[in-house]
Amino acid sequence: MQDFFQFITDNEQMIYLIILMMFLGVEVISQVPSILHTPLMSGANAIHGVIVIGAIIVMGESDANNYLAMSIGFIAVIVGTLNVVGGFVVTDKMLGMFKSDKKNNSNN
Amino acid sequence: MLSTSLLLICYLVGSVAFILGLKMLSSPKTALNGNRLAAVGMLIAIGGTFLFYRNSNGEPLGNLIYIFIAIAIGATIGTLGAKKVKMTAMPQLVSLFNGAGGLCASLISIVEFNRIISSNTINQISTGFLLILIADLLIGSVSFSGSMIAFAKLNGNIKKVTSFTGQQFINFGILILIIFLAVLVVNGSVNTSLYFYAIFSLALVYGVLFVVPIGGADMPVVISLLNSFTGIATAFAGFLYSNQAMMTGGILVGSAGTILTLVMCRAMNRSLSKVLLGSFGAKKTATGESAERDYKEISVSDTAMIMNYAHKVMIVPGYGLAVAQAQHACHDLDKILTDKGIEVSYAIHPVAGRMPGHMNVLLAEANVPYDELEEMEPSNDEFPHTDVVLVLGANDVVNPAAENDPASPIYGMQILEVDKAKQVIVNKRTMHPGYAGISNALFYEDNTSMLFGDAKNVLEQIITEIKSM
Repeated sequence: MQDFFQFITDNEQMIYLIILMMFLGVEVISQVPSILHTPLMSGANAIHGVIVIGAIIVMGESDANNYLAMSIGFIAVIVGTLNVVGGFVVTDKMLGMFKSDKKNNSNN
Repeated sequence: MLSTSLLLICYLVGSVAFILGLKMLSSPKTALNGNRLAAVGMLIAIGGTFLFYRNSNGEPLGNLIYIFIAIAIGATIGTLGAKKVKMTAMPQLVSLFNGAGGLCASLISIVEFNRIISSNTINQISTGFLLILIADLLIGSVSFSGSMIAFAKLNGNIKKVTSFTGQQFINFGILILIIFLAVLVVNGSVNTSLYFYAIFSLALVYGVLFVVPIGGADMPVVISLLNSFTGIATAFAGFLYSNQAMMTGGILVGSAGTILTLVMCRAMNRSLSKVLLGSFGAKKTATGESAERDYKEISVSDTAMIMNYAHKVMIVPGYGLAVAQAQHACHDLDKILTDKGIEVSYAIHPVAGRMPGHMNVLLAEANVPYDELEEMEPSNDEFPHTDVVLVLGANDVVNPAAENDPASPIYGMQILEVDKAKQVIVNKRTMHPGYAGISNALFYEDNTSMLFGDAKNVLEQIITEIKSM
């Protein structure tokens, strides 16, 4: 129990950040129309690809002679980048296709 | 010191870009820029890490060449995959990318754990830190293996819905076992590594067992849920490194994903626990007797005739339309009818297609303006005033069993009430039941006629007929 309270005290700011972000996430999304659910999901998918930063740090701090850490880190950076780049590119491609009636008429 | 501040500023800018980007993604007009804004934020956060990150000894990142090679590989595969994907395969791709993120999270915690073990400092690490490390491993691995199964299911590699009695107990048992092992790891027993890897394996197995019993029509909910899992894993990893960009990005997606999951459940009028526990569509034909009733067939020229003299036509597109690549033909029909002064609109069920909002993307690909697409509730108000409803490759979303047959596995889901229209024409290739494997009483209604054939083919014939009238 001592540990638990110590942990809360040590990470006070982080815990605040988490809780506020949770509310923000709910607030930001709750108004989304169903037409955008797919792009939203894939865009959000790309955003959690920020995990790649963790992979970059892990690899950047590994001892270059520690082959196990290096290879696991290498794979982590690859899949993390895949998540980020793939996610943003595919969302962009999808949203590029959405057109409103007005825009369509002016093109014709 | 300066670099630390610069890094914090980069992360701050990145986080704000994520929030604004996500906000902008929730309106059709700003969505494209929102996505780009989030991508720029990501670039700033990653670039800042390369330039300004310093470890506790004040050293910058090493192994840069290898990192860049890995990034180049990941970026190339990601870009190619994203560029080449067909819009019909979008759900698979999203779950694949999501699985990649989950794998990344669990690999990070493995490397971090090995570092702690090899430097023999496990006794100096706080319990909280270890627990977060394990949570990151657990959620990341579940998200990874779950997403892979979801990918295989959506891609058609796994067709069966596998469920066995007592599955829920096994899942529950695995969770208990994982918690037990986590306690052992935290207490720093002798075989810490062994327990840690046991958690890793169990988490992978759990992810598989978690997704395997979930049926076709519920997959969208699962993808969204797994998406929020990866978000949470990202946030845990951010906690490990006290990295604000990872924390904000992760939590934002985690909570947004959870809300999105609940919104979808509401659209299907199913509780999340039902989705996760009940194997949807495993029962074959709950309404077996309707399969023996008679249905009416209609010819292409009769269909063209009826549509030509209608005042209001509504099109209900389903995944079958996309599989037949008939979106463009559908839009052509829509244009011809509109030119003749007939009111045409599309009724889109929130879960039409293979993921929520999927149908909107598929129609957008065919240049159908999004203002013509109507959501479920306004559509249901309009059906009684509609002369002809053309159902193209949709099945479960128009199945009246959802409203009046408590024995049906989709009972309780809100549907498009097409049977309220004067005339319903259903285009299907055969009488086979839909993705969820449930027969449809709509096909045997008095005002329903069946128009068999490939959607694209049939639409093109209708267009030719109408043109000649």
